[in-house]
Amino acid sequence: MSDPPSRVRVTGPPRRRAHVVRAARTREIDAETALGEVFMRSLLREQLVLALRVLAALALTVGLLPLLFHLFPGLGDVRVGPVPVAWLLLGVLTYPWLVVLGWAYIRRAEHNERDFADLVGSVLPEEDR
Amino acid sequence: MSTDVVPGVVAVVLVSIATLAIGTWGLRISRTTSDFFVASRTVRPRLNASAIGGEYLSAASFLGVAGLLLTFGAEMLWYPVGWTAGYLVLMVLVAAPLRRSGAYTLPDFAEARLGSSGVRRLCSVLVVGIGWLYLLPQFQGAGVTLRATIGAPPWAGSLVVAVVVLASVSPGGMRSITFVQAFQYWLKLTALLVPVFVLVAVWLADGAADPAAAAPHSWSVPLAAPGGGIGLYTTYSLIVATFLGTMGLPHVVVRFYTNPDGRAARRTTLAVLGLLGVFYVLPPVYAALGRIYAPSLVEDGSDVLVLALPSLMVGGVAGAVLTGLVTAGAFAAFLSTSSGLTIAVAGVLSQDVTGRRWGSVRLGGVAAFRVAAAVAVVVPLLMSLPAQDVAVARTVGLAFAVTASTFAPLLMLGIWWRGLTPAGAVAGLLVGGLGSGAAVAWTLAASPSSGWGPALLGQPAAWSVPASFLAMVVVSRLTRASVPAHAGRFMVRLHTPEAVQLQR
Repeated sequence: MSDPPSRVRVTGPPRRRAHVVRAARTREIDAETALGEVFMRSLLREQLVLALRVLAALALTVGLLPLLFHLFPGLGDVRVGPVPVAWLLLGVLTYPWLVVLGWAYIRRAEHNERDFADLVGSVLPEEDR
Repeated sequence: MSTDVVPGVVAVVLVSIATLAIGTWGLRISRTTSDFFVASRTVRPRLNASAIGGEYLSAASFLGVAGLLLTFGAEMLWYPVGWTAGYLVLMVLVAAPLRRSGAYTLPDFAEARLGSSGVRRLCSVLVVGIGWLYLLPQFQGAGVTLRATIGAPPWAGSLVVAVVVLASVSPGGMRSITFVQAFQYWLKLTALLVPVFVLVAVWLADGAADPAAAAPHSWSVPLAAPGGGIGLYTTYSLIVATFLGTMGLPHVVVRFYTNPDGRAARRTTLAVLGLLGVFYVLPPVYAALGRIYAPSLVEDGSDVLVLALPSLMVGGVAGAVLTGLVTAGAFAAFLSTSSGLTIAVAGVLSQDVTGRRWGSVRLGGVAAFRVAAAVAVVVPLLMSLPAQDVAVARTVGLAFAVTASTFAPLLMLGIWWRGLTPAGAVAGLLVGGLGSGAAVAWTLAASPSSGWGPALLGQPAAWSVPASFLAMVVVSRLTRASVPAHAGRFMVRLHTPEAVQLQR
């Protein structure tokens, strides 16, 4: 083996600046200033609107089924193969739909939180914990 | 006793031994008070979701749903759908903020949010009351199951469940019960899934008869009897009760505090949605096959459908093995739900009752928890002994209506509305709790009858939930001056992602 290569100093990207910004903005929230209040209110409203949209999607699909069967009693006789359509909808298809709604909610909610974290200058851990 | 009882006895003994063994194993790694109450908040989403699934799928899910579907048809599909959709509502409205609140129990949350020990005491009373109300049918169901499978006297099943629950909960608390319940979810799923494959194969070999052929038209319509306006009201009221009631169940809420953080709480809930969906696809299969192979159970004794169907369709050694399997699943259902409720009730009791100074004696955290667990089990056990004939599903329904009318408004307004005051919370809890409680107590006491009155009282959630919300909002507005000074600060803590470092 030849001589070891000369040492190179390796450094990360400058962080101090980001750190200062973060400290400043979280301090706004900590101190409950008008600016911190704006940050928190916007996050709160975004998350609430998201939650209400998911619930509306639930109400307009699963929640409308009783009304549909009440208005159109003939649906009780409809079959998909050997299975009455009510059994298929409520017994099987509702469950994957609930998972899809939940999955979409988590994506959006974590997105909102990441935006918020970026706004106040810190970063969410990248990989799932 | 004949040889028929062998599979049942073997199943009950094996499940009890497995429960105690896993609970004891958990004891070795369960040391601190935090372990006891919230498993030191370190349970990962996948394990936690299995544990929640195991805890949540009670006797009503394992035995009751299939029986109700067999008799009444599609209208009863709203129970499993509502019990699952309740987790979606819980996820979008309360999961992450509730975890970030950092409280141990529901009363802790109420006190931290509202800064009032009066609200705390009212919540404690409600948690213990709802917990006992929910434990009662578990003990009764265990009695019914042991009577059906091995011909034991009804009190024997209740006693076995109570003893095993106490033995597995007291030593290890939350940390050990997490493993027990995760195991019991997979046991319950296996116990329904494996027989389904065999039974459907038998059905196909027999020529795949049509299950709906012999059923009335209403069997295919997801509207409550007698249909019309009353049927529509009853169905929607049930939807309100189950969709909102889930978030207020004390044994469900206490599990969310075992997540490491708010994000994990959400992810846990998504996994729970998947696990419950997989499970709830199975009971309708039993109900449909029951229409063909067990017509005698339609009118009478539909609760034992899941236990009876394998031996009716298969017979011989294979039938006995399958019967043992479903019996094991049913017993796991009683054990896991009872354990979860016992933990939740004991958590509240130990903080507000047994953990206090009594004379010159003051018990430490773990000792207080054990005493509280004993109290939490013995009271509903004694209540269940004289009342073996109260319908299991009706008592569970009462619990959902009551939680939807009390804790659901408290959690939703407490998390999303700054203006909630202690007086408003108390008013809403009283209006919702007394209204729904009185309505269903009347229904349980009176004989079944038809018409709008009994419908409104028998399924109260559609009016008691809005009444509770209204009381909370109106009284909070009237007492605007008493909005807690720290409310804004607490809201910040509930909604701030963990990655943002605040001083809190």
